[in-house]
Amino acid sequence: MTALVPYEQALEAYEPVIGLEVHVELGTNSKMFCGCPTEFGAEPNTQVCPTCLGLPGSLPVANKKAIESIIRLGLALNCSIAPWCRFARKNYFYPDMPKDFQISQYDEPICVEGYLDVEVEGKTYRIGIERVHLEEDTGKSLHVGGATGRIHGASHSLVDYNRAGIPLVEVVTKPVPGTGALAPEVAKAYVTELRDICKTLGISDVKMEQGSLRCDANVSIAPRGATEWGTRSETKNVNSLRSVERAVRHEISRQAGVLDAGGRVVQETRHFQEDSGTTVSGRSKETAEDYRYFPEPDLVPLAPSADWIEELRAALPELPTARRRRLQGDWDLTDLDMEALINAGALDSVEETVAAGASAEAARKWWLGEIARRANEDGVEVSALPITPADVAAVVALVDAGSLNDKLARQVIEGVLAGEGTPEQVVASRGLAVVSDTGALGTAVDAAIAANEGIAEKIRGGKVQAVGALVGAVMKETRGQADAATVKALILEKLGVSE
Amino acid sequence: MAITRDEVAHLARLARLDLDEAELAQMAGQLDAILGAVARVSEVASDDVPPTSHAVPLTNVLREDVVAPCLTPEQALSGAPAAQDGRFRVPRILGEEP
Ligand SMILES: [Zn+2]
Repeated sequence: MTALVPYEQALEAYEPVIGLEVHVELGTNSKMFCGCPTEFGAEPNTQVCPTCLGLPGSLPVANKKAIESIIRLGLALNCSIAPWCRFARKNYFYPDMPKDFQISQYDEPICVEGYLDVEVEGKTYRIGIERVHLEEDTGKSLHVGGATGRIHGASHSLVDYNRAGIPLVEVVTKPVPGTGALAPEVAKAYVTELRDICKTLGISDVKMEQGSLRCDANVSIAPRGATEWGTRSETKNVNSLRSVERAVRHEISRQAGVLDAGGRVVQETRHFQEDSGTTVSGRSKETAEDYRYFPEPDLVPLAPSADWIEELRAALPELPTARRRRLQGDWDLTDLDMEALINAGALDSVEETVAAGASAEAARKWWLGEIARRANEDGVEVSALPITPADVAAVVALVDAGSLNDKLARQVIEGVLAGEGTPEQVVASRGLAVVSDTGALGTAVDAAIAANEGIAEKIRGGKVQAVGALVGAVMKETRGQADAATVKALILEKLGVSE
Repeated sequence: MAITRDEVAHLARLARLDLDEAELAQMAGQLDAILGAVARVSEVASDDVPPTSHAVPLTNVLREDVVAPCLTPEQALSGAPAAQDGRFRVPRILGEEP
């Protein structure tokens, strides 16, 4: 195996081109061509019928909701919708389809020629969409007898066809050149945006961890200034947004290593390894597959009318780009502030926190501060942490009411994240509240003035900015459980000075 | 010849059929005759008749997204040569996922 070239060094010599194939399982109630339910996690082979098992005499009929969903997605991705197209049979021998073929689309995809704009570091990248087509998902195989549950070394396999026949949309981009060192970030931003669009359209639950959104990343590199693109690898098994970024980054370094050593990049399928962040070689694609596609004889062509398409277009919800533009305006944020919020995956959380009564500024501060830091440490999305927008809004309300200061609020957030309950419960159990008892505070202020007579004298003489030292002394005395503004006002009042 | 011996060998491999030389030659001859017969259709096809894949002039035959009863796992597995743990048991898979 050739050595990896450090990423920055690889980018000095080579220019990457990326391409992404994303599979989205639609969230229909029933399967694509039969009435079997589509629940995730059901007992094996409890959601199957003669049609999805490919038993003789059964006939498929296309699910109207699935067709509607893919047309809506195509419209959201600025695609043209084919006025007439057909399903095709993809023939292969592999037991994940009991029919020995998969119903897919071949040279007549339902949506073509679209684009999606994504923003990375203040720059917009237009990702061309080549096609969006509809197919049926395959069954799941369990390989038995091998060392790691992998196919290699297995004695036999056990197949569950619950997933076989669930509608699956494939979105294929055109090759994307010109992203340079940002190729991994652009790839991640694209998949994120596509996921958000599917979520907004309500066509899929797009849970990467459950496989309802799956991504293959194609990467090639060519020497800078070259007129032709390099040979590409296709990395499968990229099952999280972070993995998309890592897989592209790794492939660039790996391919640079191969080329630097005088080798040539092999056109092949590679598998991403979540633990090591590397890819390992799968099947060579030097010889093109021969799936012997032909028009599916059991299904008649699709011919969505212009009226139907326009009806679907008119009913599209506000898409993520428009929503972001609106929120950025409402919250009065700069482009960079907005991007930070999106990169932290905190847009929904902040919006919900604001809806729960917090100011945009306060909501943003907590989600991008304490909470984002924790999410980063744990390697999860902020939304996966055990704190809700309502919790954050409650903390903000306590701060606004003067019952918590910043430092205490941080401890409350910490407590909620640690599973100690709601903000109110954490405040009670940890005994966190601003000392607002003016008697106790007064005593502490008197003590601070007495202990720092020199400073007090300066303040009386008009050097009001010296008050900070006295405030600090009081805060220390009350272990931070006082409101700094209240303390300051109290000191000035006692010294008979106004600001 | 409309189809060569090598093309038949390729198709046999795709279909996972183990054909010996004699069978390949026999199949090539038979397939050639079939293709020749079908080719006569293109002789009468004129430019104003678009190629068709379906015999009935229908489009958009769709069903509503409604769940229908399925088979029980017992029924589903009843025709399987082998089953284990509620799943279809298949021989060791050679080669990779498609
Ligand atoms: Zn079914």
